[in-house]
Amino acid sequence: MIEAPAPLPAQDVVVPRGEALRLGLRANPLMTLGAVLCLVVIVVAVFAPLLAPYPADAGSATHPFAVLKAPSSLHWFGTDNVGRDILSRVIFGARVSPVVAVLVLLIACLIGIPLGVVAGYFGGWLDEVIMRVTDIFLAFPPLLLALALAAVLPPSLTSLVIAIAVTWWPWYTRLVRGQAASVAGRPYVESCRALGIPSYRIVLRHVLPNAVTPLIVQVSLDFGGVILTASALSFLGLGAQDPTPEWGLMVAEGQNYFTTAWWVVTFPGLAILFTAFAFTLLGDGLRDLLDPKRTFLR
Amino acid sequence: MRLAITGLQVSFGARRVVDVDELHVGAAEIVGLAGESGSGKSMTTLAVLGLAHTVGATVRGSITLDGTELTSLSQRELREVRGRRIAAIFQSPATAFSPVFRVGSVVHRALRLHGMSRSEATEAASRAMRQVLLSPGLLDRYPSQLSGGQLQRVAIAIALALRAEVLLADEPTSALDVTVQAEVLEVLRDLRDSSGMAVLFISHDLAVVAELCDRVAIMREGRIVEQGPAARVLSAPADAYTADLLAAVPAIRAEGTP
Amino acid sequence: MIVYVARRIATAILVVAGVVVLTFVIARVVPGDPAATWAGPHASAAQIAAARRFLGLDRPPATQLASYFGGILTGNWGVAIHTHRPVLSDIGQAAPASIELVTAAMIIGLIVAVPLGLISARWPGRASDHTIRAGSILGVSMPVFWLALILQLVLSDRLHLLPSAGEFSPGLLFTHPLRQVTGFGLIDAPLTGNWPMFGSQLGHLLLPALVVAAYPAGLLTRMIRAQVLDTIGDTHIQMVRALGFRERAVYGRFAMKLAWNPVVVTLALVFAYSLVNTFLVEAIFDWPGLGEYAAASIQTLDTPAILGVTLFIALVYVAANLVVDVVQAAIDPRIRLR
Repeated sequence: MIEAPAPLPAQDVVVPRGEALRLGLRANPLMTLGAVLCLVVIVVAVFAPLLAPYPADAGSATHPFAVLKAPSSLHWFGTDNVGRDILSRVIFGARVSPVVAVLVLLIACLIGIPLGVVAGYFGGWLDEVIMRVTDIFLAFPPLLLALALAAVLPPSLTSLVIAIAVTWWPWYTRLVRGQAASVAGRPYVESCRALGIPSYRIVLRHVLPNAVTPLIVQVSLDFGGVILTASALSFLGLGAQDPTPEWGLMVAEGQNYFTTAWWVVTFPGLAILFTAFAFTLLGDGLRDLLDPKRTFLR
Repeated sequence: MRLAITGLQVSFGARRVVDVDELHVGAAEIVGLAGESGSGKSMTTLAVLGLAHTVGATVRGSITLDGTELTSLSQRELREVRGRRIAAIFQSPATAFSPVFRVGSVVHRALRLHGMSRSEATEAASRAMRQVLLSPGLLDRYPSQLSGGQLQRVAIAIALALRAEVLLADEPTSALDVTVQAEVLEVLRDLRDSSGMAVLFISHDLAVVAELCDRVAIMREGRIVEQGPAARVLSAPADAYTADLLAAVPAIRAEGTP
Repeated sequence: MIVYVARRIATAILVVAGVVVLTFVIARVVPGDPAATWAGPHASAAQIAAARRFLGLDRPPATQLASYFGGILTGNWGVAIHTHRPVLSDIGQAAPASIELVTAAMIIGLIVAVPLGLISARWPGRASDHTIRAGSILGVSMPVFWLALILQLVLSDRLHLLPSAGEFSPGLLFTHPLRQVTGFGLIDAPLTGNWPMFGSQLGHLLLPALVVAAYPAGLLTRMIRAQVLDTIGDTHIQMVRALGFRERAVYGRFAMKLAWNPVVVTLALVFAYSLVNTFLVEAIFDWPGLGEYAAASIQTLDTPAILGVTLFIALVYVAANLVVDVVQAAIDPRIRLR
């Protein structure tokens, strides 16, 4: 191995926090862009009623005389096949898919983390059983299992959340199990056990904190994936139903008019792309920053 | 003089890691470059090969190979020199060969890169392997299937097959067992005697340097503090630093070159 | 090597068993009465009861599972409600078209990913790197159904560059009908010397393949970049440079060879993921594959068909992982020598 030069003498300069953050952001322009874009999505979702020009159109309002109007100063994104303002629906859509994603990932973590901890920390036959079950779930490509479940359940947002959550928990179980197993094997944990410290305390103080960083990375990376899955299922008619302003559903509704009214499909789809792109960009940047040992879980 | 280094300065930005006034290696001689780890010895190797820029360092000064000034050559011209006229072997032989290539594949490709035909390459490789006392059949193996000493000898075989004039050996025995070391040292001596190669032997292990080298240069923080015939430098050092280094290795005592 | 392959096959079989059980469980989650659905909306109670007996729903769950298992193994995957044909034969007919589509998409993905990934890794931090990285994330974040519609509109409808739907020009059915040999149109056409058909097929394949290729291209570019950057600092790379190889060869041949390992492993995932993506894309392009079949099954809530396709793709995924592991062991000696 070619010898690296001897390390530089310690720096005595203290870098103020704001400065350090700014330097970190500048070194990571893509991640910064992702963070900014995510913020846009969150702001739009939170302030939707204030931002949308025709909030009622996000619900069941219909305007038979304003059907399929091209983008104009009145309707920046045009109107759809029942006359609803697409801009307003897209804005309110930011409250649908992202919220689905949050719920899904929450459930996935609530199931996956305890299972992973039990499997990784206690090991033995519990580990075997849990990991075999996980393996079977993971034997399905992600979208497929969610699709099968969503197809057999009555179509609604609730079914959507359940279907996708059932697909997503195994990844978190595997992730946490790996972390827990590696911590459990360390000498200081063995000494804790020998000292008689109860397991739950060891888990709380040593195992869980270790898993936090890769979990954060995985969640931010998964956010975009869940949004894509949710909108894909809604596109197929398996998730949100009319009049919910779900982006995938809006694309499906606009399909038949696409050649003459391009705006009905284009803008909701752009919203999906924008949001998934933003969170994946952020997640990618976070991974480079926090978890250099890339474990390509997906 | 095969290889002559004059006024060489290698720097990382403002920090200079190598500052050598004069160092030369002649044909059929083994010159040791000894010193502590981190003293800049390996950077010298990179500089000679014209690869210092790959780790972000800048080079000033003169490095001549049989009169040709290497520092003024383009990368394209340097590529013809690398491997063909100046060969290099590295410290950790297990990592110096790519784990997914058969050893012979790398050897073969290197030979063909420098102009040999397929049959010439096979022939030269076999001959070189035998010269380093290895069976040519070992070329079909993967690096994980060969020992460190064997890998190091394969690396030397490449230099032989290409008939390199200079060999830069960067801590080649440091990662090997003592008994395996002896095999490699034997091969290096053979290089000097039968092929007349000029060898620059870099090491932090003074005992090995004493056993192998004709002349020795002692490096400290990038500078050469003393150089001369090995027997003289290592038994009667002129510099205080050399004396300190020697004091740390009590077994050496006047064991000159063979 | 044999031992390794045997071990992997044994594991795969166990996983397959679990997959079948899981599919069975999903099938039983269906709310409502499958017998009533089967019998139709105007069935009498007696007809529903008869349907229940016919579908085997009146037997205890364990027996149902056993007969389900037996059915799967003997090729009886149930009958599709919307085609009234055995699910397995429906799948057998539809699968080749999708496999052609996904394979083409992956080839396009690799053709794009290798050079872009290498360029990105060779000059990291530069504008080219940032652009390529942003582009690859764009590919991975792309809603395929939307991309399909957009590209169809732009490239086919407006610019008339590519045909918009179908597997080949309909007229060829009469002038140059395709003789079936393997079931794979793209193999049968050149095999039987039907070149006009082959050309038409390729032209029609391009647009859907480009759409499906977005995800593989994005993912593989990122992977290759990461893998090459990981290995570029290793000693063996420096050694290869010291031997006089050009940077292009250092990256393209030596660093890349090491990167193939994880890329090959990912190919299984990418294949299965893209296969499911066809569900979203084929209907738009009238591509007569598994995706169109699945989409139609979803539309008609055809549970046996949906579950049949699910099981099929899961099995393909398990098989693909097995193949990939074996190929990986063949390329990278460290795996099989372990």
